[in-house]
Amino acid sequence: MSIITIERKVLEKNDELAAQLRNEFKKNKLFVINIVSSPGSGKTSILEKTIEKLKGKINLAVIEGDVQTDLDAKRVEKYNVPVVQIVTNGGCHLDAKLVKDALDSINLSDISFLVIENVGNLVCPAGYDLGEDYKIVVLSTTEGDDKPLKYPKMFINSSILIINKVDLLPYVNCNIKELRDNALMINPDLKVFETSATTGAGIDDWCEWILANIKK
Amino acid sequence: MHELSVAQSIVEIIKENVPEQDYGKVNAVLLEVGEFSGIIADSLQFCFDAVKLETPFKKARMEIKKVPFVLYCNLCKVETTNSNGIRMCDKCGGFDNSIVSGTEMRVTEVELD
Ligand SMILES: Nc1nc2c(ncn2[C@@H]2O[C@H](COP(=O)(O)OP(=O)(O)OP(=O)(O)O)[C@@H](O)[C@H]2O)c(=O)[nH]1
Ligand SMILES: [Mg+2]
Ligand SMILES: [Zn+2]
Repeated sequence: MSIITIERKVLEKNDELAAQLRNEFKKNKLFVINIVSSPGSGKTSILEKTIEKLKGKINLAVIEGDVQTDLDAKRVEKYNVPVVQIVTNGGCHLDAKLVKDALDSINLSDISFLVIENVGNLVCPAGYDLGEDYKIVVLSTTEGDDKPLKYPKMFINSSILIINKVDLLPYVNCNIKELRDNALMINPDLKVFETSATTGAGIDDWCEWILANIKK
Repeated sequence: MHELSVAQSIVEIIKENVPEQDYGKVNAVLLEVGEFSGIIADSLQFCFDAVKLETPFKKARMEIKKVPFVLYCNLCKVETTNSNGIRMCDKCGGFDNSIVSGTEMRVTEVELD
């Protein structure tokens, strides 16, 4: 009998590819975010509002990840920004290889901001680095204030939390202070925004944060 | 989470680290899986046993060593833990700490005949 010692991280392939992407992004002075959440928290809605605000100020492109359909890409396309839809056909997360392939159809030197909207899933996308500058987790008030405790990994691995659908606070059983506290307990370094994609509340602050991060 | 795709990644890692002529000799693959890695050991085992039938590693066992969640608390100045996988010291309730182990997922060894 013989033993081969390996010592390899199981997701090392993805991490290596993500590091290559990060390099590529850096070379092109691109600011890149990876938006994650459970299905329906409002990722695309926030993105639509964000594009409206930032149009004319910066050039951006979008990669949409969904299990099926190009519905989200169609929504973004209306704003005349370059968008690539990745359909995972059942896959529960985007990985660095899928993003690399999608980049073939985007001219990176034309843009300064790239948004990757991940597959709606509060578990799996946490483990996959896509080469982004920041992972942004969106949690909507209708999902309940206990979610950071129940899905800690996503909140540990994210840098920014957007609490969306604050317009619904009067109608839902969600204590926003509790939600914040729970999230900050999981990850004290989280920066928190509160938004409503419906009323536009909080979108200005969010867009200012983006503009401050665009690389000169 | 996605144990099936993880099992496939493990097959790839074995392929890359074992000379092709020895594929048939692979007896076992050893893994270290953190308590809060997001992977369910039993489910990963089940997926690997299904996936391996499509590979040259049909007789390979998967042995999983579970790694406990350990924090180093900068306030208590000792290694502690948190039973929920949160970065809060169970001893003092503080948040000033770093993760020592318990979130990893590593292939450590392959055993051949
Ligand atoms: N009231 C309210 N509804 C919202 C808000 N943001 C989004 N919605 C609604 O929530 C639903 C889901 O929004 P989407 O933007 O499609 O959510 P998503 O996260 O992109 O969904 P997936 O990509 O399918 O995971 C839609 O009906 C939106 O109109 C908000 O701030 N307030
Ligand atoms: Mg969407
Ligand atoms: Zn302590």
